Amino acid sequence: MPENTDAVILDGVPAVAPDGAPVPVDKRDKPRSLWNDAWYDLSRKPIFYISALVILFLIVISIWPGLIASQDPLQCNLIDSQNGPSSGHWFGFDQQGCDVYTRTVYGARASVEVGIFSTLGVAVLGAVLGGLSGYFGGWLDSIISRVSDIFFGIPILLGGVVFLSAVKGGSVLTVSTFIILLGWPQLARIARGAVITAKEQDYVLAAKALGAGHGRILLRHIAPNALAPVIVWSTIALGTFISLEATLSFLGVGLKPPAVSWGIDISAAAEQIRNAPHMLLWPAGALSVTVLAFILLGDAVRDALDPKLR
Amino acid sequence: MTVIDDISDVPTPDAKLAPLLEVRDLHVEFHTRDGVAKAVNGVNYSVNAGETLAVLGESGSGKSVSAQAVMGILDMPPARIPKGEILFQGRDMLKMSGEERRKIRGRKIAMIFQDALSSLNPVLSVGYQLGEMYRVHQGLSRKDAKAKAIELMDRVRIPAARERVGDYPHQFSGGMRQRIMIAMALALEPDLIIADEPTTALDVTVQAQVMELLAELQAEYNMGLILITHDLGVVADVADKIAVMYAGRIVEDAPVHDIYSKPAHPYTKGLLQSIPRLDQKGQELYAIKGLPPNLTRIPSGCAFNPRCPMAQDICRTDVPQLHPVGTARGSACHFWKETLGE
Amino acid sequence: MGRYVIRRLLQMVPVFIGTTLLIFVMVWGLGDPVAAMFGDRTPDPATAAQIRHDLHLNDPLIQQYWIYMSNVFKGDFGNAWNQQPVTDLLKTAYPVTLRLTIVAFLIEAIVGVALGVFAGLRRGRFFDTGVLAMTLIVVSIPTFVTGYVLQYFFGVKWSIVHPSVGEGAPFKDLLMPGLVLAGVSLAYVARLTRTSVAENTRADYLRTAVAKGLPRRRVITNHMLRNSLIPVVTFLGTDIGNLMAGALVTERIFNIHGVGYQIYQGIVHNSPATVVGFVTVLVIVFLLANLLVDLLYAVLDPRIRYA
Repeated sequence: MPENTDAVILDGVPAVAPDGAPVPVDKRDKPRSLWNDAWYDLSRKPIFYISALVILFLIVISIWPGLIASQDPLQCNLIDSQNGPSSGHWFGFDQQGCDVYTRTVYGARASVEVGIFSTLGVAVLGAVLGGLSGYFGGWLDSIISRVSDIFFGIPILLGGVVFLSAVKGGSVLTVSTFIILLGWPQLARIARGAVITAKEQDYVLAAKALGAGHGRILLRHIAPNALAPVIVWSTIALGTFISLEATLSFLGVGLKPPAVSWGIDISAAAEQIRNAPHMLLWPAGALSVTVLAFILLGDAVRDALDPKLR
Repeated sequence: MTVIDDISDVPTPDAKLAPLLEVRDLHVEFHTRDGVAKAVNGVNYSVNAGETLAVLGESGSGKSVSAQAVMGILDMPPARIPKGEILFQGRDMLKMSGEERRKIRGRKIAMIFQDALSSLNPVLSVGYQLGEMYRVHQGLSRKDAKAKAIELMDRVRIPAARERVGDYPHQFSGGMRQRIMIAMALALEPDLIIADEPTTALDVTVQAQVMELLAELQAEYNMGLILITHDLGVVADVADKIAVMYAGRIVEDAPVHDIYSKPAHPYTKGLLQSIPRLDQKGQELYAIKGLPPNLTRIPSGCAFNPRCPMAQDICRTDVPQLHPVGTARGSACHFWKETLGE
Repeated sequence: MGRYVIRRLLQMVPVFIGTTLLIFVMVWGLGDPVAAMFGDRTPDPATAAQIRHDLHLNDPLIQQYWIYMSNVFKGDFGNAWNQQPVTDLLKTAYPVTLRLTIVAFLIEAIVGVALGVFAGLRRGRFFDTGVLAMTLIVVSIPTFVTGYVLQYFFGVKWSIVHPSVGEGAPFKDLLMPGLVLAGVSLAYVARLTRTSVAENTRADYLRTAVAKGLPRRRVITNHMLRNSLIPVVTFLGTDIGNLMAGALVTERIFNIHGVGYQIYQGIVHNSPATVVGFVTVLVIVFLLANLLVDLLYAVLDPRIRYA
């Protein structure tokens, strides 16, 4: 991440003059909005393109796995169990004699679904609760903050084991529901902070003075400015949720066979690493690259939206 | 880490004649993604003991950067000093080792910053921060340093110094915090103090008190003072001479009363005209049109030409040198005579 | 300061009640504990009714919680699936996990902070870029994969360490599991420290410290680190809970018989008393760790203390 080096410099002009005062923009530089500016910044970063492409590829594969895999992930032959790579089966076979490549391709869907469902749920629930609590303050804020404290008291992995073993979970839906249930407070805190900051800005006070209602102020003035940290956090969280799903599968409370998922394959392969390391490499590699892509995308967006953090 | 060391006070042959501080043809540039920002482009000034030089200019004029270069606290990179000399008591500080310069900082040259709240360490007590000067430079014990810190706080007239020595910066008012900054600068009775907009962040009534205190202590210790400001009002009372900076150059350099009565540069003139005056009540206030230049794209010729009411063709092509105006005065304008004559 | 401590302690009470109640509801309320006890067999209705009565399962959930909690405060956590008192299991399992957590915490704090500080001071240079890239990779790979891979190479293939933890969980056996457990947190600590250091190197007060003529070492240790480490300390404290929960994974890989193992056994054998008991104690540890962090925070940052 060599972009992180030049600290004081914003696009176009030095953001801060060497003596600490803002430098007026030269007449040739058109004024740009935050989002335009962010896009301009992103469009010059290779990391952004690479991670976006990986994610796009992943989404396409999870919708149409047949595009790059011609076999059936559930058609396995025990005779092939743990066999290494061979022609037509370049990634080899797993414990059950299934083709590792095919299962890795088909496994993308479950991971992507868990990632997207839980992130959407967390983002909506967290942003709404956090936003309202930050905007209105008072008793609403107290209640929401205390409730989120309670959820914070339970480490997410621990809660996952308890909750999912109790509901006898094992589907994309139950895993996502659980992640939303325990994940929202963190985003709520971020949204709350962002809204409180935005609320005190002069343009919001001005809108208030002009008689704008709560709805209008929240949607037109605060939401666009408080959105940036929510988007950044959600992007990075999506990756970690995918990783969490795999860990829950490993602990035996996540998705369960005959579902096809990276988590299931990785946990099956991890225990067999001494006999057949190739079984672990592909699903674990695919998952790690996916998580990495989301983190990098989130990082790039954050850098673009908030030059101060560089 | 107590360093009890004496930096060589052996004066160079002409140290007696030389001014306390002399800056010669100083250049500072910043390497940015969009090219080289030329913050300081050949600045000359000097200060004697007991004298006050006011460096005046808008933000981005290079006034603070040149001071930070003198102090040796520029971040390099991105900053670079491609050219120039900074002679302190006759020795060029740019040729000194880092360790030599460090020993000058705080002990011989001290600096006061604009925003005392952010310039003081929020998690250390003011007593610790003041006492640190004595502990590091003079090797005093923790206890003795604390006693000295109380003494210092008394000297800058902070009430109940003994009780407040353990307090933290955020527990003081703005004016009191700036007094603590001044106390810190004075701790080792330096020869030169650089005050970078020392009163800008303060209320008007407090501004006067702080300036008064600074001037008083300067006279008491016979220190040189470089006062960096954009406020012409502050300058008039305390400065002996003024250097007006624009786009990294000094455009006018004169004793204080000369500038006020007869400016010799259109920029200085514009600045003076833009001060509201009681006798012009009801008239529209004068404003210099346009904006200061982008330092990566300084206009050719005289940097002020796009905003200058008197600009001619020559101003767009030739960089004006500092023409002597009378004895102790200079103006970097091709038309200084016309400016004066009006 | 005293009032601050009392206020924080009082704030902890509702959080403790809420969190334990939540766990209690998840375990006792969402499933049918009696049916679970018998697994695939259908219990005799009379026996089932008797068990229900003994376990107060016919009372409202909130009352069951009350009975459970009052027993807990008397030191009675109920019995596990094999009729062993959960208290006994707690006594044997917690010291093991505590040792593992301490090892992991030390690795996380020392290595993470050191990497972060050096990267932050050398921003944009090779070392910094290397730390950034390494930490990203560590964060991207699930802990259990890292665990098995390291165990395979260091434990099995090269025989540098024991692949599993021996009887009594001696510290030298816990180094590898501790490293695996600390991995992701360590990466976060390094990145957080780096950002914090990088931000503070640009702070005005640091410029003042340089202008005072302080030696570079003093500027960094006395002025910059103290400020930079405030957010890191907060993170480290709240992370203690995550480390203990992460032990679920690590203990399974390295066959350590600690809290993770017991909770896992509790789930496999459908023993709600074991699960709730262990998780309740974990929540207490977690809350206490958070309290400790808050107090430490107040010591480090006078702006909080006097607020």
